[in-house]
Amino acid sequence: MNTKVYIPRDSSALSLGADQTAKAIATEATKRGANIDIIRNGSRGLFWLEPMIEVATPQGRVAYGPVASQDVPGLFDAGFLSGGAHALNLGMTEDISYLRKQERLTFARVGITDPVSLQDYLDHEGYRGLKRALSMDGGAIVKEVTDSGLRGRGGAAFPTGIKWNTVLNTAAVQKYIVCNADEGDSGTYSDRMIMEGDPFVLIEGMTIAGIAVGATHGYIYLRSEYPHALRVLNEAIDVAVANNYLGTDILGSGKNFRLEVRRGAGAYVCGEETSLLESLEGKRGLVRFKPPLPAIQGLFGKPTIINNVISLASVPIILDKGGEYYRDYGMGRSRGTLPIQLAGNLKHCGLVEKAFGVTLRELLYDYGGGSASGRPIRAVQVGGPLGSYLPESQFDTPLDYEAFTNIWAVLGHGGIVAFDDTVDMAKMARYAMEFCAIESCGKCTPCRIGSIRGVEVMDKIIAEQDRTANIALLRDLNDTMLNGSLCALGGMTPYPVLSALNHFPEDFGLQKTSQAA
Amino acid sequence: MDIQTKDTGFPRTSSEKAMSLPENIKKAIDTAIKGNKDRPGALLPILHGIQDDIGHIPPEAVPIIADELNLSRAEVHGAISFYHYFRQTPPGRHSIQICQAESCQAMGSETLTTHAKQSLGIDFHSTTSDQEFSLDPVYCLGNCACSPAVMVDDEVYGRVTPERLEQILDQVRGGRQ
Repeated sequence: MNTKVYIPRDSSALSLGADQTAKAIATEATKRGANIDIIRNGSRGLFWLEPMIEVATPQGRVAYGPVASQDVPGLFDAGFLSGGAHALNLGMTEDISYLRKQERLTFARVGITDPVSLQDYLDHEGYRGLKRALSMDGGAIVKEVTDSGLRGRGGAAFPTGIKWNTVLNTAAVQKYIVCNADEGDSGTYSDRMIMEGDPFVLIEGMTIAGIAVGATHGYIYLRSEYPHALRVLNEAIDVAVANNYLGTDILGSGKNFRLEVRRGAGAYVCGEETSLLESLEGKRGLVRFKPPLPAIQGLFGKPTIINNVISLASVPIILDKGGEYYRDYGMGRSRGTLPIQLAGNLKHCGLVEKAFGVTLRELLYDYGGGSASGRPIRAVQVGGPLGSYLPESQFDTPLDYEAFTNIWAVLGHGGIVAFDDTVDMAKMARYAMEFCAIESCGKCTPCRIGSIRGVEVMDKIIAEQDRTANIALLRDLNDTMLNGSLCALGGMTPYPVLSALNHFPEDFGLQKTSQAA
Repeated sequence: MDIQTKDTGFPRTSSEKAMSLPENIKKAIDTAIKGNKDRPGALLPILHGIQDDIGHIPPEAVPIIADELNLSRAEVHGAISFYHYFRQTPPGRHSIQICQAESCQAMGSETLTTHAKQSLGIDFHSTTSDQEFSLDPVYCLGNCACSPAVMVDDEVYGRVTPERLEQILDQVRGGRQ
């Protein structure tokens, strides 16, 4: 029998040369007459070890990494096809502590299966949620999701079940399921990993949503920066259609659900749900006023469930194992698990799916291994470009929506970006304003004009011009943006700006306070 | 489906404009329209189709698309100009995008950006005079675990140092693709 060798096709692995490694392994195997099957899996999410390859042995999968193409002949010499010893041998994959300590529910299959193999998906508990859902009525499916306590993983943390219930109870001839795959936050990549590493789980989640509320058409709005995800999703959708998991009369149930991927075009604001709907309709991505809620008047004016990738990809396991199983993870009102993404200046950047309640410090040091540069970590930004910067004194905060709200911060989509002590926080505050100015849709004045004025005021503060007056002005401006903006882009840009100012006043030319406000 | 019909009052010049277009551009526009016009929300798929084919969306395409979708030219132009990804002028043979977002900043994207601008002799949003490279900023490539990240054509590269960028540019110049 041929030995199975797993080499990721995940974008990040490819960005570190996984294709070259795969080619070298194929060439070397041919040269040596070794019988192997190369499987291009998703990534396990241990990015400092990518390209990380795995070999299936009778004892289980053995990992090697990071494997560059020039390491390949040496690996063959060391007998890696039977798990042989080598400097890059990481032992059994399942025993790697970074992985072993995680609670992978949504990411249960990512890195393990061949992303576009339906058989592999079925062999790993795939489509069990859909099969159960097909035996239930819409209300019961929605209740299961409500009972799970799942809240929107895109960042707003709105209870998913309540959103679904609104769509369920709104009568219409046509309803839609829209997946928000416009993952634009810096420091986040979990949506991409799901789409590239286990696309069927997203397809299954969307299908369940469609069956639950009576929607027959779904769209995945995918950002244009993810060409590999586009390819994998389309491959998987074709396979699902060919095997009657999508289309008409799904698995003989009489239910229909069609799914297509639409590409965004590089606008960050289109991650805001109403802007995304405008974009899907073929317009400029201008944010809409709410109400009406998308659940009542969404895409093309019809009731629409719009959820983030991770929210939808968490639905299959909830339907398979029950809402209670999922709810038993987590703390307080943050139930289940959060796929956390470690990024920026950390030694061990990667995907850590944990139940809510893990602290920032555990993530930064136990998982992240401290800074990559070896210097002290001075600030971390949690929740993307609209998230607060947190100083060391707040690293013991548990990852919990409410705990973060209490320190005027957000969990957002679960991205954590670490900065060492070379960071200039006034510059980061300026960048937050600049980013808002570049990405503002322009509909509301506080965001459109406020961000431009914000950059100007920050420039003056950085140039040490009349700092006291300009900092007062900056606070005033942020107050207007915070309270007067139409959506989270203008409304939350003050989070990084003011948190930088409050926690790191010395970078703005103010006295360092012993106690941050 | 629910696309609004609006009479712009402008003379309809699409057929005249189309006459004078080079054959490949005309074909790209026609193909993108034909393949997508009956889909709900057809405008973005059409714009993507054209840009995928010829690398940009020429101004001559605007009245033709407007005509076919029953939109005003302002609506079509408005959509093109709203989205950072769509470009109205031809790009260089290779597109270089350097991530400017926080995670990459934490790992030295500023130095990398300065190096790229010097090495290519151009600023962001421009193309080298030999039409070889276009340089643009990008805000997150989803490769934040391997910052700083650069996208060259359709390929993402991680942990890019100035030296590595030079190697990549050399490879691309050498006709790797």
